[in-house]
Amino acid sequence: MREGRTKGGTWRRGCVSCPSIRAPKVPLAFSGGAMGSWQARPEQQHYYHQLAQKTGFSAEQIKNLHHRFRELSANGETIRNQQEGESGRLEELDLGHFLMVMSHFRPPRHKSGEDERCAVRRQKLRFLFNMHDTDNDGTITLVEYRKVVEELLSKSGAIGHEAAKAIADAAMLEVASTNVPHMAPDEFYEGITFEHFEQILNGLEMESRMHIRFLDVDTSTVRCGKAGSTSTP
Amino acid sequence: MLARASAALLLPPLLFLAPRARASSDPAEAEEEREGHGHGGGGYRVVQWEWSYVQTPYVIAVWLLVASVAKILFQLSRRLTRVVPESVLLILLGLALGGLALLADDKQPYQLEPALFFLFLLPTIVGDAGYFMPARLFFDNLGAILTYAVAGTLWNAFGTGLALTAAHRLGVIDERVEAGLLDFLLFGALISAVDPVAVLAVFEEVHVNDTLFIIVFGESLLNDAVTVVLYKVYISFVEVGTENVQMADYFKGMASFLVVSAGGTSVGLVFAVILSLLTRFTKKVRIIEPLFVLLLVYLAYLTAELFSLSSILSMTFCGIGANKYVEANISQKSRTAVKYTMKTLASIAETLIFIFLGISAVDKSKWAWDTGLVACTLIFIFIFRALGVMGQTWVLNRFRLVPLDKIDQVVMSYGGLRGAVAFALVVLLDGQRVKAKDYFVATTIVVVFFTVMFQGLTIKPLVKWLKVPRSTSRKPTINEEIHERAFDHILTAVEDIAGLQGYHHWRDKWEQFDKNYLSKLLLRKSAYRKSELWEAYQKINIRDAISVIDQGGNVVNAARLSLPSVTSGASFPDASNVTSYLSVHPAGVARHSHFCQHCLCYIFLFFYRRENGSGVCLDLQVVDKVPGAKVEEETETHHVLAENLYKPRRRYQSHYSRHFMPAGEKERQDREVFQRNMKSRMETFKSGRHKRHKKERGLKKRRASDARDDGGDKPRRSIDRQDKDPVVIPVVSDEDDEFQCRRKEPETDDDVGITFVALKAEAPQKRPHSMTGAPPAADAHLPWKGGGAPWPPPCLSLEATKVIPVDLRQAWNQSISSLESVSEAAGSRAGASTRPASYAGAAPIAPAPLLEKNQEEEEEEDETVPLVPSRRPPVPSPLPAALAPGRHRKPRVYLRSLVTSPPSGGSEGPAGKGPTQL
Repeated sequence: MREGRTKGGTWRRGCVSCPSIRAPKVPLAFSGGAMGSWQARPEQQHYYHQLAQKTGFSAEQIKNLHHRFRELSANGETIRNQQEGESGRLEELDLGHFLMVMSHFRPPRHKSGEDERCAVRRQKLRFLFNMHDTDNDGTITLVEYRKVVEELLSKSGAIGHEAAKAIADAAMLEVASTNVPHMAPDEFYEGITFEHFEQILNGLEMESRMHIRFLDVDTSTVRCGKAGSTSTP
Repeated sequence: MLARASAALLLPPLLFLAPRARASSDPAEAEEEREGHGHGGGGYRVVQWEWSYVQTPYVIAVWLLVASVAKILFQLSRRLTRVVPESVLLILLGLALGGLALLADDKQPYQLEPALFFLFLLPTIVGDAGYFMPARLFFDNLGAILTYAVAGTLWNAFGTGLALTAAHRLGVIDERVEAGLLDFLLFGALISAVDPVAVLAVFEEVHVNDTLFIIVFGESLLNDAVTVVLYKVYISFVEVGTENVQMADYFKGMASFLVVSAGGTSVGLVFAVILSLLTRFTKKVRIIEPLFVLLLVYLAYLTAELFSLSSILSMTFCGIGANKYVEANISQKSRTAVKYTMKTLASIAETLIFIFLGISAVDKSKWAWDTGLVACTLIFIFIFRALGVMGQTWVLNRFRLVPLDKIDQVVMSYGGLRGAVAFALVVLLDGQRVKAKDYFVATTIVVVFFTVMFQGLTIKPLVKWLKVPRSTSRKPTINEEIHERAFDHILTAVEDIAGLQGYHHWRDKWEQFDKNYLSKLLLRKSAYRKSELWEAYQKINIRDAISVIDQGGNVVNAARLSLPSVTSGASFPDASNVTSYLSVHPAGVARHSHFCQHCLCYIFLFFYRRENGSGVCLDLQVVDKVPGAKVEEETETHHVLAENLYKPRRRYQSHYSRHFMPAGEKERQDREVFQRNMKSRMETFKSGRHKRHKKERGLKKRRASDARDDGGDKPRRSIDRQDKDPVVIPVVSDEDDEFQCRRKEPETDDDVGITFVALKAEAPQKRPHSMTGAPPAADAHLPWKGGGAPWPPPCLSLEATKVIPVDLRQAWNQSISSLESVSEAAGSRAGASTRPASYAGAAPIAPAPLLEKNQEEEEEEDETVPLVPSRRPPVPSPLPAALAPGRHRKPRVYLRSLVTSPPSGGSEGPAGKGPTQL
């Protein structure tokens, strides 16, 4: 994403930043990227096809996601971020971007080579990394990491604020000690870079984990979005 | 335990004991018995033969012994066990024992009795498997497991049964085998179920990846319901006769499957709830906590058996369901006890099962061989297994996110081992009704042996050859744990955004439900707040701490070895020699570098705990040579001692209690090390962070809130300050005052503008240079020598500068006195010193580096000045008066860490107890 995979500008990191964020408030940024008139019938097919090529979704899945998108955006063309971004600009997101983000969670094709797996893995890691790196400076600092852990743990009420902080500290220390074992006395571990991030999550099976199943059947009847969806942590 | 005891009551009819057979298996035993019962007394016979009285338990005990010894023997040859699975060896042993017994007696005295197997041996294994089942993995793959367990087993059963009937019709199977369609279906049902015991035994040694293992193993557990129902249905059909079976009976059979499986599961879950609830209230009776777990899990099995539901399902789900809550509720010791008991029982049961399988095979009366039947069965079960797996995987892969590839399928087909369950079921058949029982028994034995021995032997090379991904036993790091959780949340969120109600959605719903209701109901209040991640975090810390201790232990040895070489003529540098020895070792391991100080503290403790007099004595010689000791060092030493000595003094009053276990030395150490470890970690880290702030903002004043955050690094800063004048020991008047001071602390600190770095990490690397006895001038390049920047002494622990709180003074006194008594003993033995031992112990830790630093100043001091008066007052109270006010505030800060550091009874411990230290 940071490499500017989308044609209409780069994704702001910090999108979908915390688990507590739910559908109605997808704070995905959007900058530029004028989209075609996809509502027209024949063009819609074409547009779907385009999107399918770009995101790897099947046309059927795109249609379902489009349903969902319209549900979320209240039939608008874009989803707006209800809370104004701190930068002051209105953040919004259109179907193309929506699909692009979702495509990160598309299961990989069954017969994928080693290279492809690596690429998928890197891409997913990058996604995670950008999520954690809220200030967009290429490192996850302690403050950012603490925030992540707190969002993950203390907000869901599993453990207290202090404990979450302690865990984040310990985790950070672990990163520091694994990546920079011989730290000079006056050196300071600035934060987790992407390389280090890759390193520490080496043991995690990423490519087979970070995805969900996008159904081919129509799910528009499923009413889990909107109000109901915010109940989960 | 209970199970075993009651087994004794049931067994007499089962275990007929032929003396000759006994003698063959255990020749030495008869003598033992005679001697063992010499106390019989009464009447005119001094020795009485009471064999019939002890027979049953004796036989059981001896069998257990044989099984255990067999395990030891197999482990003697690593090369053997690496190639041949233990189960194979055990069967071979069983065959040998059976052969011996057969030689001695025509009738086989022992065999695997179904009652024994189903009531005692199987539940121990299933209980262990269920309780320690990786629940997450299990439920993640539940769909696949259920498919294989239900559809797969049905397919296998019908396929094998029908194919065998066809073979029989075609004449491949001999006419002597009097069996109709129903008999073959019955046989197919019992032979088709994958056996949990065999799968566990073989797969545990193969270490295939977790997913593959859980699918095969889960299938072997969950297919029990199918097997039980099919078996029962066919038995009843055979009993009433084929012609009398009506259409309704088939539907009844189907209904009974639902009842048996759902009923078994719900019985298990009910018991899981009961068990969790019970353990919530066992705080006062910790000692029987493990018993509750064992009993209720076993009761879940028996209850299901009582209602002829699927007992394996019941037990499995009881274990899976209760595990989370029970583990959180019971104490750490109980957890260990449960784990060990279950593993011991399961392991011995497994051993017995395989030995008995081997023995049972050697029984002439059973053998009714028909090559056609055996060959057909072997071929059919293999073919149907492979076909079933392929077909089901093809279907499943359309739904699975992570598809099972070809290699997985091969391993799954090949890993479909049959075992003791099939054997016990076939032995249970009624020979009157099922005419071909003997043929079936023989065939089952061959099938079991073939799958366990041949496939068990070859599956390891096969897995290697196919390069099946193996499982790693690596423990996840904190970061990985965090991200595991992150994945769950993210995926739930993404599912939500996509408007799907997939697996993650429901898992999340379940977690919410669990958190909001179940955990509240089933968990202790104290356990409720802790999450798994927190547990993992704690475990990692303890692991670290233990490794530090281990290192410390080694280092102590090194230090001790080096000590005698310290010549008596050598003066001060040799004293630091000790420290350099101590520090060189941890320095090699970068990760633990900042634990160095803790190493030292612990080495210190080790000296006192392990080496008692001798350790002290060795040190005494060294310290003897230390030239003039300054008051500063004394206080430092003093504090090190105070910090380190009062904790081990905590002892339970009673040494023996049936109801409580005294906390072990090790455990207290672990706890202690953990606390220190964490403290130090946080400090190293925060200090680093603090520095970054400095970098960024220079000497800009921080906001007060920020400063409070950084509380952790205050002690270190204060060390810097104290470095020059460590005598700072304010009287601890009241804590409130001190807490208020703390608030303002950081600002003044900032103003001073001390730059400091993550020195703890640095210290061990530097020290070796500085401590090799180099002349003081050579030390000038060291950071803490240069200029006015106050550097902390390298291995001076932060505790060293802490002030002893009032309530610990008594402890201090006592420790001094206790040390003195030791030093007298040690001193007289060594004949070298009359110096108080208290300093001897402390010397390698605090004073040495300090001395080294202060060398220049100290050198002119009189070398013969005694270190200390033998019995100093614990807290030199006059000192604070002499301190500058600004300075005097700092040290108080230490109190905070002392106060906040969980003393866990430390305040209560030393008071009013004798010198128990040594």
